[in-house]
Amino acid sequence: MTKGLVPFQTVGPYFDIMLRSRVPSRQVTDATLGTRVTIEGTVVDGEGAAMPDAFVETWQADAHGRYRHPEDRRPQPIDPAFTGYGWAHTRADGGFTFHTIKPGPVPGPDAVDQAPHVLVSIMARGILTRFITRLYFEDEASNARDPILSIVPEDRRQTLIARRTGESQYRFDIVMQGPRETVFFDV
Amino acid sequence: MSDVLTGVTRYRRLPDGVHPPEDPAYRSTALRHPTQPLVIIPQTLSELTGPVYPYGSIGPLDNDLTRQHPGEAIGERIIVEGHVLDEDGRPVPETLIEIWQANACGRYAHKVDMHDAPLDPNFSGAGRTVTDSEGRYRFITIMPGRYPWGNHHNAWRPAHIHMSLFGQSFLTRLVTQMYFPGDPLQPLDPIFNSVRDPSARQRMVSAFDINLTTPDWALGYRWDIVLRGRDATPTLP
Repeated sequence: MTKGLVPFQTVGPYFDIMLRSRVPSRQVTDATLGTRVTIEGTVVDGEGAAMPDAFVETWQADAHGRYRHPEDRRPQPIDPAFTGYGWAHTRADGGFTFHTIKPGPVPGPDAVDQAPHVLVSIMARGILTRFITRLYFEDEASNARDPILSIVPEDRRQTLIARRTGESQYRFDIVMQGPRETVFFDV
Repeated sequence: MSDVLTGVTRYRRLPDGVHPPEDPAYRSTALRHPTQPLVIIPQTLSELTGPVYPYGSIGPLDNDLTRQHPGEAIGERIIVEGHVLDEDGRPVPETLIEIWQANACGRYAHKVDMHDAPLDPNFSGAGRTVTDSEGRYRFITIMPGRYPWGNHHNAWRPAHIHMSLFGQSFLTRLVTQMYFPGDPLQPLDPIFNSVRDPSARQRMVSAFDINLTTPDWALGYRWDIVLRGRDATPTLP
């Protein structure tokens, strides 16, 4: 006998009350292994207006491609100085910034490695559930072989690629609607 | 179904039709939902893992919202208790639950909330706890007040507590709202009614429980939270 799920409800405009009781989001310390990257972006609605009240969450592997999770039982060493979880309340201009590291490759379906990627979840007032997307890095040749990117219609794949804007800087805008609409996943 | 490489069992797919991507009755959804279909992808190790216990430690009073300040919070004291389970009824132990809510007057301690109702200096409205080995959780808080919002003429939100859970993977994440039994505002609320399936909607409503109620102290409400469960079907791809 299976139990029915409790459905999602919008986070509404006041979820910062929860976030401000958390320890500030700092994924990377001096001890963290891997290449430091800064990911900046803006969340915009169907008219291109900034969304100043979006809740962006990220999940990624460490520099070895290991997830800090009990079910990742692969033999690679785990980086104890990296959690893999990031979160942000967008600013008044709809912007968010994540200071993190570039994740290592992780296995995908059919024994094909996935290109380095970050899972991204978006919630907000006016969003009934949460929308899930992925961030890939422009300068990774392995994107061309990524088993998930290859499922995405080719003309929309670029919405998942963070553009390199500096030495260790990337830009990843999240567009909820319209001609440049970000690809969201059912997973 | 288990991943050949990692041995991690996948999760059941979400049922269709619980939520439409937009709801014309809830106006803010209009420009904030994707119009292209979601792209269906397999669950990989990335989705099958997740921030199980993402940050920080839990203080002994973090689950008691009435005692986070020098004075006691104003309002009707309540106990909210229940289990976190998966779809097969298995308890989800040691998972973080975070809550936030309005005070007894229906006002959030947040700069965006312009409702003309008093703030309570002894009530911040945020709490957190971790489920025990049997998936049990417990909060002590104040009955949240109901408040107007700008969605349509004479719009009022039913009393609710926002709840955020992580579960065991990226896919079990849930942020929802717990409602109270017998609230006449529920059938009028576009957010409550954005859940199309009436039985799913009722799963967001807690039950008054006289046995959980503590004499001379607080009323008890019981609410079980069901997260996505594993896919038991032993079929190969």
